[in-house]
Amino acid sequence: MSATHLIVAEYDSTHLKNATLSAVTAAQKIEGTVHGLVLGKNVKHIADAFAKHVSQVHYAEHDGLEHRVAQPYAKVIADVAKSIGATHIWAAATAAGKDMMPRVATRLDAAMASDISDVVDTKTYKRPMWAGGLTGTVALSTSIQVITVRPTEFVQAAANASGNVSNFAADPGPSTTRFVGFEEVKSERPELADASVVISGGRGLKGPEGFKQLIEPLADQLNAAIGASRAVCDAGWVPNDWQVGQTGKVVAPKLYIAIGISGAIQHVAGMKGSKVTVAINKDPEAPIFQVADYGLVGDAFTIVPELIERLKALA
Amino acid sequence: MKILVTVKRVPDYAAKLTIDPSGNKIKTEGVNMIANPFDEIAVEEALRLIEKHGGETCVLSIGTDDCTAQIRAAMAMGADRGILVKTTESLDCVSISKVIAKIFGEEKPDILLMGKQAIDDDSHQVGQMVAERLNLGQATQANKVVLEGEWATVIREADGGLETLSLKMPCVITTDLRLNEPRYASLPGIMKAKKKPLDERELSSLGLSLTPSVTLQKLEMPPNKQAGQILPDVQTLVSKLRDVEKVI
Ligand SMILES: Cc1cc2nc3c(=O)[nH]c(=O)nc-3n(C[C@H](O)[C@H](O)[C@H](O)COP(=O)(O)OP(=O)(O)OC[C@H]3O[C@@H](n4cnc5c(N)ncnc54)[C@H](O)[C@@H]3O)c2cc1C
Ligand SMILES: Cc1cc2nc3c(=O)[nH]c(=O)nc-3n(C[C@H](O)[C@H](O)[C@H](O)COP(=O)(O)OP(=O)(O)OC[C@H]3O[C@@H](n4cnc5c(N)ncnc54)[C@H](O)[C@@H]3O)c2cc1C
Repeated sequence: MSATHLIVAEYDSTHLKNATLSAVTAAQKIEGTVHGLVLGKNVKHIADAFAKHVSQVHYAEHDGLEHRVAQPYAKVIADVAKSIGATHIWAAATAAGKDMMPRVATRLDAAMASDISDVVDTKTYKRPMWAGGLTGTVALSTSIQVITVRPTEFVQAAANASGNVSNFAADPGPSTTRFVGFEEVKSERPELADASVVISGGRGLKGPEGFKQLIEPLADQLNAAIGASRAVCDAGWVPNDWQVGQTGKVVAPKLYIAIGISGAIQHVAGMKGSKVTVAINKDPEAPIFQVADYGLVGDAFTIVPELIERLKALA
Repeated sequence: MKILVTVKRVPDYAAKLTIDPSGNKIKTEGVNMIANPFDEIAVEEALRLIEKHGGETCVLSIGTDDCTAQIRAAMAMGADRGILVKTTESLDCVSISKVIAKIFGEEKPDILLMGKQAIDDDSHQVGQMVAERLNLGQATQANKVVLEGEWATVIREADGGLETLSLKMPCVITTDLRLNEPRYASLPGIMKAKKKPLDERELSSLGLSLTPSVTLQKLEMPPNKQAGQILPDVQTLVSKLRDVEKVI
């Protein structure tokens, strides 16, 4: 029997997120029809954009869906999944996907695989476990399955469809959750998850001034996003939102430069997918050198200014 | 006020893991076992909320007899009592969520505090599953928790910023790293913990029908990446990145 996929879309005010298109690619590895789902307020344009990638988009607009709150979202997602007879319900393993999809699974009595890195067959998936130190192959035995996808492990689905877009009346049901507010971390720089270059700093930068003095000008030079180790986020040198790793963000840029970062497994878990990795560290024994393609051993406070100068000379 | 906190026994995050010959388990012999770090944060948060608002903290763990060590450790931090649901069975997230929901039904806490993820399986599912099963509001990845009347207001780490939600209690809250810094157990705390009540229950006595729906078929080491090159100077790095890798 062929599968019926339902992909839960994530978007910001204007765009469908790339992470959702990675989830489409993962779903396409299993033969079947691919439906998209867009929930929110004023989201018709997102539904239209999504229709370029899937055969059918369902969208609903409702005051109760204005904010991405797991409780009402899960109900509506499960309702739609049932109404179209979905066998596989997918979302990107973003903060939002992680928040709502296990509730969807529970409503549907479905088993769930989180943050998968590969699709083996219609019910078997690979996923990183133990801080990415091991890859597990998990099989789900329920007839309906819920899966979240690690976006960096799948390319983004091409825009080669012209799906139907249809509106439906959603019923988010009663909720014991009140949305109070959202405080956006504003940045002029590219988003960590989408950036093609990421410059990350660690405790070797000595303090927030180290980020200002070294990381920011280097990031400006390469139009890079800035990441950080947990140690420096915890110390309050930089925003929490910058943490890369097992328990932070997973990134996969073309170029990842780790400066003054030791290379703990929990950090490496978040940057493994990077195409080219560079480490700058004064300790030749630092574990980061075992995962970096290129290493420079020495003091970041002398190496990075020179690097910035040489890049400026190229530009 | 009553707070129920779940604590999972997991291998030390610093341990070097090896795969059991069966191919689908890790070897735990000789590996130091700890409480999941996110659960320690949950215990700490429960203690702080109870210190402020009064009441009790109850710790729940599901697993073998060995989990007693992690429950006692939470009691040494200050938790009042513990429940161990004993099993040697392989329980998936769905089953774990059913067990927790069952104990929740008996204990009727105002708040269920859990870790956002367990650092071994990294599933990031159980808290949300329990919340849905009990039809409760949830806030995952909590960074700050404030209680007022029958509402818990939680600042949570969402993508791109911080989101604030208010949850009508009872509710489920899962912890992120920045929520707090867990305290160390004091020596008197450790002594007292030995005498605190720990209710041991057999999984079979809960009357749940648990059919596994997730099986771990295989564990593999990711392919070893080839060791990189240490370069002599910045100039060489720039030319590698530009001419060889073409990434700048
Ligand atoms: C449950 C759990 C989850 C975690 N999740 C994450 C996560 O998601 N992401 C994460 O990053 N970490 C995470 N960690 C923490 C992780 O284990 C490490 O502690 C952390 O990554 C270390 O940060 P660091 O490399 O900045 O600091 P350190 O380990 O202190 O390393 C600093 C490095 O800087 C170098 N250095 C010092 N001075 C200089 C200089 N002048 N020039 C050049 N180099 C210099 C040193 O040689 C050293 O290698 C987690 C830990 C736990 C327990
Ligand atoms: C005896 C035993 C045998 C097992 N065998 C297998 C096996 O063969 N294959 C396999 O895939 N998995 C096995 N597991 C692991 C089990 O599947 C996971 O513990 C469960 O699926 C939860 O996943 P997670 O820890 O990734 O949850 P997450 O959703 O990442 O964890 C979130 C939170 O849930 C709570 N939590 C999770 N588990 C427990 C627990 N046991 N006790 C208390 N709180 C908990 C914690 O607060 C944790 O922070 C076994 C577990 C036990 C106890």
